[in-house]
Amino acid sequence: MSINKEGNGYTLIFAIIMVVVVGGLLAYIASSLKPIQQENVKNEKMQNILQSIGIDETKSVTRDEAGAIFNDYITKRIVLDYDGNVISELSSADPIKDKNELDAFNVDVRKYYNNLTGLMKKFPEGGAEYEAGLKEAGITYPMFVCEKDGETFYITYFSGKGLWDDIWGYISLREDGRTINGTVFDHKGETPGLGSKMTEAVFNNDFVGKVITNEENEYRPIKVIKPGNERKEYEVAGLSGATFTAVGVEEMMKRSLSVYNKYFENNRVEAPAVIENVTDSSMMDSTYLDSMAQLVIDTNAILANN
Amino acid sequence: MSETKEALFSKKNKKLISDPLNLNNPVTIQVLGICSALAVTVQMDNAFVMSIAVMFVLILGNLIVSLMRNMIPTKIKIIVQLVIVAALVIIVDQVLKAFVYDVSKSLSVFVGLIITNCIIMGRLEAYALGNKPWGSVLDGLGNGLGYGLILMVVAFFKELFGSGSVFGFPVFGDSIEKTGLYSIGYEDNGLMLLPPSSLILVALYIWVQKSKTPSLIEEN
Repeated sequence: MSINKEGNGYTLIFAIIMVVVVGGLLAYIASSLKPIQQENVKNEKMQNILQSIGIDETKSVTRDEAGAIFNDYITKRIVLDYDGNVISELSSADPIKDKNELDAFNVDVRKYYNNLTGLMKKFPEGGAEYEAGLKEAGITYPMFVCEKDGETFYITYFSGKGLWDDIWGYISLREDGRTINGTVFDHKGETPGLGSKMTEAVFNNDFVGKVITNEENEYRPIKVIKPGNERKEYEVAGLSGATFTAVGVEEMMKRSLSVYNKYFENNRVEAPAVIENVTDSSMMDSTYLDSMAQLVIDTNAILANN
Repeated sequence: MSETKEALFSKKNKKLISDPLNLNNPVTIQVLGICSALAVTVQMDNAFVMSIAVMFVLILGNLIVSLMRNMIPTKIKIIVQLVIVAALVIIVDQVLKAFVYDVSKSLSVFVGLIITNCIIMGRLEAYALGNKPWGSVLDGLGNGLGYGLILMVVAFFKELFGSGSVFGFPVFGDSIEKTGLYSIGYEDNGLMLLPPSSLILVALYIWVQKSKTPSLIEEN
């Protein structure tokens, strides 16, 4: 052999060829698998949205089937701004196009959350400046309206940070806009067996029936407390060994649901305009009791199904 | 040398597979790859997929390095090995994402971290660089099995006592409804879900292993 394998020239040429071959191979594999991966992600999102309203069939529905029935249930895809105003509204007849930022399905809440991290570091305690920063950030909030068995559900979608990485969740609210109907949480890299349990029924079932407003109809954030304690209608049990995941869940819900609540407030006011303070509370009570009664029925049904 | 006539599973080759399972186990004897043994052993199904993924990277990495062993310039041999391992890991990650999306989600970052598993670089350096391809493949298979064995044993005990289940199936009853063992006051041990319990379990494994195989005990 005439090639000197210890020479610099051979080493350099070897390195260049290696990098080109490996780089080309990886690029080819990544780009040829990308459509399948994107389809997975898209179908998973649809599956999550449907699961959060607890569509019975979707519990066993595979990711691929979720894509097919998505439009049967989701009637409207709405994008909200920070004040709860509707920026755009698409119906199920409008196809989901990639990269259309005005389609709620394409709103990248995880990207938006990452834009906020600087602001949150600056004002860890919240406050007026923090609120102003949130408003200025120009973030949009996606909402999906679903019709199921004659009832309307509102599905919210938001993101935050857990212990290690991004976490996100879908919460569906009942017609009254304050009672939680179901949740689906997910995460990028929470600790397997601890924080990763946020995706399981153990954690999610406790959200069902919790309310995001108090008796005066004002926004009241959901609190995630230590498991095993007595819980009020705005408290849910956290996961043992996953305190920071719970903190993240609480934070993202508090921040995002306040926006959705503004939307519901705006839309609620329309009905009884004149008589306010006197009847409002009693009316509130009756709807509240109704929803609680409905809830008991629902929980019983869920238990029976299980 | 009669290597051309050597049977595919000669005594020497069989030893390549059986040694790493016990006498020369990469985790308990060589103490390599401990990091992932601590992290991905909370649930058995994750540990299983992790073992398969490591085995795949180990076997293919060994094979490729062994095939190229006469071409690789010694000056950059570590870099070359790193590139090969990294490329294989990325391929595994991409394929998992495309075809078994749920598994890839539950393993999350740990697939990428296979690159840092010392067993892989260790075997490339110690065996594949100086041996023929077939032997290297068997060496990779053996070490992968040895690694997987420890992972599965540790994961079995961690999942059993930490979550009361095996491969996700509850065996002690329902901890929320308080049925089965839980009805008489049994509680899952939260420590078993945390990394320190893996160290304790690996140490116990080494204890049992060494007391069963006296040749492993070092003389002082």
